[in-house]
Amino acid sequence: MGEPKIIDARGTYCPGPLMELIANIKQADIGDELEVLSTDEGSAKDIPEWIRKVGHELVGTRQVENVWHVVIRKAK
Amino acid sequence: MRILIVGGGMGGTILANNLARRLKSEIRHGKAAITMLSASDRHMYQPGLLYTCVGRMAPDELYRDQANLLEPEIEFHVDPVEEFNLDANSVKSRSGKSYGYDSLVIATGSRAMPETIPGLAENSVNCYTEQNALDMWRQVKNFKGGKVGIVVGVPHKCPMIPLEITFVLHDYFAAKGIADKTEFHYTYPIGRLHSLENVGKWAEGEFAKMGIKTKTLFNIKNVEGNGKIVHSEEGESIQCDLLISVPPHKGMEVIEKNGLGKGGFIPTDRHSLRMEGRDNVYVIGDTTNLPISKAGSTAHFEAEALGENLAAIVKFGEPVRDYDGKVFCFIEAGKDRATYAMFDYGHPPAPKAPNKAVHWFKMAYNQFYWASARGLL
Repeated sequence: MGEPKIIDARGTYCPGPLMELIANIKQADIGDELEVLSTDEGSAKDIPEWIRKVGHELVGTRQVENVWHVVIRKAK
Repeated sequence: MRILIVGGGMGGTILANNLARRLKSEIRHGKAAITMLSASDRHMYQPGLLYTCVGRMAPDELYRDQANLLEPEIEFHVDPVEEFNLDANSVKSRSGKSYGYDSLVIATGSRAMPETIPGLAENSVNCYTEQNALDMWRQVKNFKGGKVGIVVGVPHKCPMIPLEITFVLHDYFAAKGIADKTEFHYTYPIGRLHSLENVGKWAEGEFAKMGIKTKTLFNIKNVEGNGKIVHSEEGESIQCDLLISVPPHKGMEVIEKNGLGKGGFIPTDRHSLRMEGRDNVYVIGDTTNLPISKAGSTAHFEAEALGENLAAIVKFGEPVRDYDGKVFCFIEAGKDRATYAMFDYGHPPAPKAPNKAVHWFKMAYNQFYWASARGLL
């Protein structure tokens, strides 16, 4: 398994971390991992909520200083 | 230094004119040259399409002759690029010519692609091209009432369009006297009504007053033509009589074909605007993969920063500033009111309540734009 594709959405407001993930996950293959970097605290909740609803896999979430890292695996 | 700009849209045109003004002396003395390659001899004011789709701006008002917008120092050719040979610092165009460069700027924009979602193109209308806006106008003016669905694909240019098209259509149907027979269903891909949190909160209040139904976390999966039923990736559906889409976008085909970026969007450094891995190739406007708004103002501010930097490289040998992520978007809010969202990488937007003064400023800007394109504003 390769390194996750990094989506660096730190310091961005529009379209924002979740929409960046939605745009990028379309271009990924099933099984690919994507890691969203965000300075928006809400992303740590919004992204897992969407992943659950759509049926992708949440690999993990961690906070490093003021940056949230949310790792997702494309499941379908 | 030979500067080659590929793309004659907002970003490319503002950059070319900005550079031509800064480098007049260098160009006259043969130390710099600016060439632009575009697919079209016309320049379109794309924000005008929001008005075209409700019959308020005729298509011919959207265009100006591209050559007439450019400073005379710019060598301009209607000869789109087909091959990028970045290792050789050259591009090959449709006519078969090769153009060499010292610095390349790619500003090829993005395009709405409703056909990438099954059933969307044939069952919806949108305002992203002249033809689509006219098709939408015909459906809108013949609409006698029923359910109007607004669905939004990702990514898309002009981030305010989902809200603006809703407000503009609501006003249009009210003026037509069918507001009481029309039900709006607005959907949005994330868990609020807009990507900007405070814009989304403001829209909630406006939509509640207007009786507009909403569904969030709604990403279009496919559209059934029989009954115009839109199904979402999240397992929900809406049915409508008139389906308005904000289609997902891709970059231009030439970008993907040349392996410059997935989806036609080129990996770009958010401050220097350099293409990742390339010292002498820059990207501005919708063509970047940057996580910022795909908007005309983004292209405009990027062009200004890059213009300053390229001119400084010619004059002093190095760039002078970073692009700070600045974006400015008007939001037409209906009933002759508007507001705006202005932000950058370090400062979130804080839009004020819409008012008539900002709406009339937007109306004036629809004409001032041509001065912006010339690099004057």
